[in-house]
Amino acid sequence: MSRRRLARLSLSALAIVIALIWVFPVYWMANSALLPNRTLQSFIPTFLPFGGSLDNLRAVVADGSFMTALGMSLSIALIVVVVCIAFAFLAAVAISRFRFRGRKSFVIAVLLVQMLPAEALFIAQYKMMAGLGQLDSVIGVSVIYTAAVVPFTVWMLRGFVAGVPVELEEAGMVDGLSRTGAFMRITFPLLAPGLVASGVYAFLQAWNEFTVALVLLPSEARHTLPLWLRGFIQASATRETDWGQVMAASTLVAVPIIIFFLFVQGRMTAGLVGGAVKG
Amino acid sequence: MTTTASLPDVSVAKRRKRRSKAPYLLVVPSILILVVGTGYPTVWQLVTSFKEFGLKQQFGQPAPFVGVDNYASLLTDPGFWGVIGRSLAFCGAAATITLLVGLGLAVLMQQISTFARLTLQISLLLAWAMPVVAAMTVWTWLFDRRRGAINYLLDKIPGVDMYRFDWLASPWTFFVVALVIVVWMSVPFVAFSIYAGLSQVSEEVLEAASLDGASGIKRLRLVVLPIIRPVIAIVALLQVIWDLRVFTQITMLQDAGASGTSYDLLGTYIFKIGTGAQDFGTASAASVLVLLLTVGISWWYVRRLLKEDES
Repeated sequence: MSRRRLARLSLSALAIVIALIWVFPVYWMANSALLPNRTLQSFIPTFLPFGGSLDNLRAVVADGSFMTALGMSLSIALIVVVVCIAFAFLAAVAISRFRFRGRKSFVIAVLLVQMLPAEALFIAQYKMMAGLGQLDSVIGVSVIYTAAVVPFTVWMLRGFVAGVPVELEEAGMVDGLSRTGAFMRITFPLLAPGLVASGVYAFLQAWNEFTVALVLLPSEARHTLPLWLRGFIQASATRETDWGQVMAASTLVAVPIIIFFLFVQGRMTAGLVGGAVKG
Repeated sequence: MTTTASLPDVSVAKRRKRRSKAPYLLVVPSILILVVGTGYPTVWQLVTSFKEFGLKQQFGQPAPFVGVDNYASLLTDPGFWGVIGRSLAFCGAAATITLLVGLGLAVLMQQISTFARLTLQISLLLAWAMPVVAAMTVWTWLFDRRRGAINYLLDKIPGVDMYRFDWLASPWTFFVVALVIVVWMSVPFVAFSIYAGLSQVSEEVLEAASLDGASGIKRLRLVVLPIIRPVIAIVALLQVIWDLRVFTQITMLQDAGASGTSYDLLGTYIFKIGTGAQDFGTASAASVLVLLLTVGISWWYVRRLLKEDES
């Protein structure tokens, strides 16, 4: 018995060490963001942010380019979220509440598109948007993002709609509601958590996306936050990097995402691994 | 009154079967956006992969059809095979390591105290939540040649000389760095999914196995692993697909260090011929090959999810 306890204790200790190693980069980002560049210039790293300040963060926010990039990222993300939720919700209702010809082909298309890598389409998407005069445009990027995010959102919402028993709607119809009325008054309110989760998912995708943005937004003035952040690293190849500012900038990009992510994580995993794990 | 009266004979099942326009109207918006954002580019790419884009086309001449020339020149180019080989090797290594570490952590989570488990889970969640670009800047800083924490810590180990070691200067260490970063980002998803799968293995089954005299390792191998095999299979497949698309990570590492062809994987390779050299024909041909590869690998996953849809 005591040998088992000892094993459990040492495994727990091992787990905590692994946890510390794993979280270290995240900690390092926040730590460096708080330290002045003078301290970071030292050859011995400073492991605790004593004597730190918010100066780096303030300097990053005060610089106009952050606000421009934030504006771009927010407008694109909001368009993607709204359009994506609306479209995906309708499609999810169609595939979980109706049996119709072509349904299977649609589901296959949705699942396959979700697997396509951005790297394998971005040259074509670039030429298409260039042809339409939509380079450097919020709309152009939003269209591509929405197309990339809609499939998984449809799939995720399908699970939510299917989770509300049809019998509830039927009961509503017996009580005199129309089919649409029953759906809107009974099923729709029950879908709120699903809609929120898919919305957050779409937001995360749009906010973090780098590959397509790199191709479709060539002008610096139209950069989204990931491209803006990349600019710091590009600059580091040629001149001394102000790592304090880079880390402050990274922290500003990461913190809202970390908060959102913690919120939606459970739902996302369930959608990806599907029936293989029943939560 | 009329609705209630007509309800009994029009059963819901019948209503669903009746040919209604509603489902088609509902899927139209999604189909439209998919056609514009994905469908049209795919078709354009397929067509363009049979066209030649040379110097003349940069001055506005229409590109002529050249049959399978682009494919032929790609497939006879040792440089392209090098990129494919590197991409597959990187993908295989990253997916394998991620799965093993993820599985290990999932099993570990079951064996430890609640406090240790929560600590580990929170730390994994934080790493998982990091936006890719932010993670890349932090890792670049950690691996920085002169003031990076990693060189500093490694240098502390007696007998190891890592002073000002430039990780990004040679392809091997460059891809080791990329591997560390990709594994770090991907393990949390694998660990959580497998842990969720493990928690479905019932206590009774394990107890029965240990009554039959199975040791810890035997129980894991003969009882637990077969039960969670479906989860592992799906997670493995997703990892393979995700580890083929590491454009962001490789691009940002190239920004910080070297960027020659020997540092390229498929994504950055296509990007360079497409946007740099403006050779849309060859870039499209390479993209079509990547698409075929991805669809080939994902087909099994799609079939699996389809079964779930039908049930």
